[in-house]
Amino acid sequence: MAQKKFVVGCFDDEKVLFPAVKQVRTAGYKIKDVYTPFPVHGLDHALGMRETSLHTAGFIYGITGTTTAISCISWIFTKDWPLNIGGKPHFALPAWIPIIFELTVLFAAVGMVMTFMWLCQMAPGVKKHHFHKRATDDLFVMVIECTEKTNAEDLKALLASNGAVETDIQVAEDGWWFGTYDNDDDNLYKQVAH
Amino acid sequence: MHLKYESQLREPLVYGNKTYAQVTEDIVRPIEAKPSRLWYIGFFIAVALLSFGAYSVYREVTYGIGQWNLNKTIGWGWDITNFVWWVGIGHAGTLISAVLLLFRQGWRTGVNRAAEAMTIFAVMCAGQFPIFHMGRVWMAFFVMPYPNSRGPLWVNFNSPLLWDVFAISTYFTVSLLFWYSGLLPDFATVRDRAFTKLRKKLYGIASFGWTGSTKHWQRHESLSLVLAGLSTPLVLSVHTIVSFDFATSVIPGWHTTIFPPYFVAGAIFSGFAMVQTLLLIVRKVFGLTDYITIGHIDLMNKVIVLTGSIVGIAYLTELFMGWYSQNKYEGYTFWYSRAYLFSPYGWSYWGMMACNVLSPQIFWSKKMRRNVFVTFFMSIIVNIGMWFERFVIIVTSLYRDYLPSSWSVYYSPSIWEIGFYLGTFGLFFTCFFLFAKYFPVIAVAEIKYVLKRSGESYKPEFDAIEAQPLESFVHDHAHAH
Repeated sequence: MAQKKFVVGCFDDEKVLFPAVKQVRTAGYKIKDVYTPFPVHGLDHALGMRETSLHTAGFIYGITGTTTAISCISWIFTKDWPLNIGGKPHFALPAWIPIIFELTVLFAAVGMVMTFMWLCQMAPGVKKHHFHKRATDDLFVMVIECTEKTNAEDLKALLASNGAVETDIQVAEDGWWFGTYDNDDDNLYKQVAH
Repeated sequence: MHLKYESQLREPLVYGNKTYAQVTEDIVRPIEAKPSRLWYIGFFIAVALLSFGAYSVYREVTYGIGQWNLNKTIGWGWDITNFVWWVGIGHAGTLISAVLLLFRQGWRTGVNRAAEAMTIFAVMCAGQFPIFHMGRVWMAFFVMPYPNSRGPLWVNFNSPLLWDVFAISTYFTVSLLFWYSGLLPDFATVRDRAFTKLRKKLYGIASFGWTGSTKHWQRHESLSLVLAGLSTPLVLSVHTIVSFDFATSVIPGWHTTIFPPYFVAGAIFSGFAMVQTLLLIVRKVFGLTDYITIGHIDLMNKVIVLTGSIVGIAYLTELFMGWYSQNKYEGYTFWYSRAYLFSPYGWSYWGMMACNVLSPQIFWSKKMRRNVFVTFFMSIIVNIGMWFERFVIIVTSLYRDYLPSSWSVYYSPSIWEIGFYLGTFGLFFTCFFLFAKYFPVIAVAEIKYVLKRSGESYKPEFDAIEAQPLESFVHDHAHAH
């Protein structure tokens, strides 16, 4: 894990945020992320993100569930322990459809949630740096990672001129670590002079 | 793409002059405040009921099923009645959160969180009944197919009772995942405004380190949508499979093809009634009338009158088929055991008819739909009616079988059967009280998402848009930018 330097601009209205995103990107800066209190539609495209493939993963998990159910039940009922139920066929596919369906849904749902947690690096007890506490309340927090070429003061001015209500520079841990949120004064969060 | 504009004809989903911060404040404040005396009283009653239920179950496990008044023909009595009743109640949550999401019904945002919580608690209650009905409950894991030293002897995959095991457990798991993934952002909101170390710590753990990153939101949206797409057929399948428990048997009164849609409609009917009961209390106690509006109540009452009428048609169809089939056993079950008022259980059939079919018709009137007291009263009536429905289906079909010598004495439950039922009420309300105290009862992020499109104070901005000529409106709003 590495400490990095970030310039942070906070916006209080999504109508201001969108043009600001555009301006910052055309000025050549690479936006690390925008933290928002709710899903802002179109923001992912404005930031140039590609579509998520999570639903494809879900489909794959789903068919895994289907094949698991079909293969297990048919092996059990035709090979391992064929039960004679009133002389009916051992391979009774129509009667298995409910369980096949349920397992399809179960695999897809559980698999997708696990994949979601993995991709987003989320788990109980995981902690990440928060650039602004109100990012989960009412602020849209734009974060730009500084490179050696970045003039942080210029960037702050650019953000402010585009309607940011608060700007600052933070040095922070980039990834995640195990921790709780009860001690927010640890060294990982350090505010550089304004 | 979504329209960024909502017609003036639609009622606002959020009343009052709200900002994003105000939304957080309104919904999260009850969690941070000390619970009221009323909360303690309610919680105490719930725990008391739960304890009585636990004792009833203890007796049943220790002394056996003989603690219940089941008899020669009535092998399923209150236990399976209660099971079906609770499962049915559990259906509204997923319907609201999943089906209405797919239909793009914005009003679901105010009520989905509490309805999903209700689903999970109701399914937990439902599960107790078949498990303890097994008698030797310590062998309950025998229902799972796993390689074992008994052969391996497998479960019967052709049996609807096993389908039920899979359906209920899948339903519980998927509902829980759906509910919890929706809660993550809101737990993060609670965490970030928490003022004690303990709260920060606990909500920090519960929120899994959610930050609100745009990429995470994008995945979260995709996850919600796919889970909704999966849950929609799932919710239909669950009660269909519950109805198969009956419909695949050859008992007159159970052996009908109408059961799956009839059960699903009944489940939605009773589930919405329970949502009304709970939300009418929650919105009042927590002062959330701006978010769970009369408009929400009105819409849910429309669902109640619709599904209640579908159930009514199903009852009449059954009666008709009882006559039209000219099958003596069918005729006896439907026209004597059920519809004849002076037969031993005729009272339950007519109680069901009055509660489920006749009384909800009051909701054709808009004034009644928007009356909080009428709605609350009706929600209780509907739940009583739907309990009667399951009782009628189970008991009136069983108490006189093909062999008159085994016709049973009048079945009424023992105190421990009643205690078990009351105990599940205790479980349900204990969970619900804890939920209402420690969880955001309304999806905070989702309300913020609809706020600027459908909030009362934001809607006047659309006046100018609505006055526009069609062409320029289409140009400005009907396609993605």
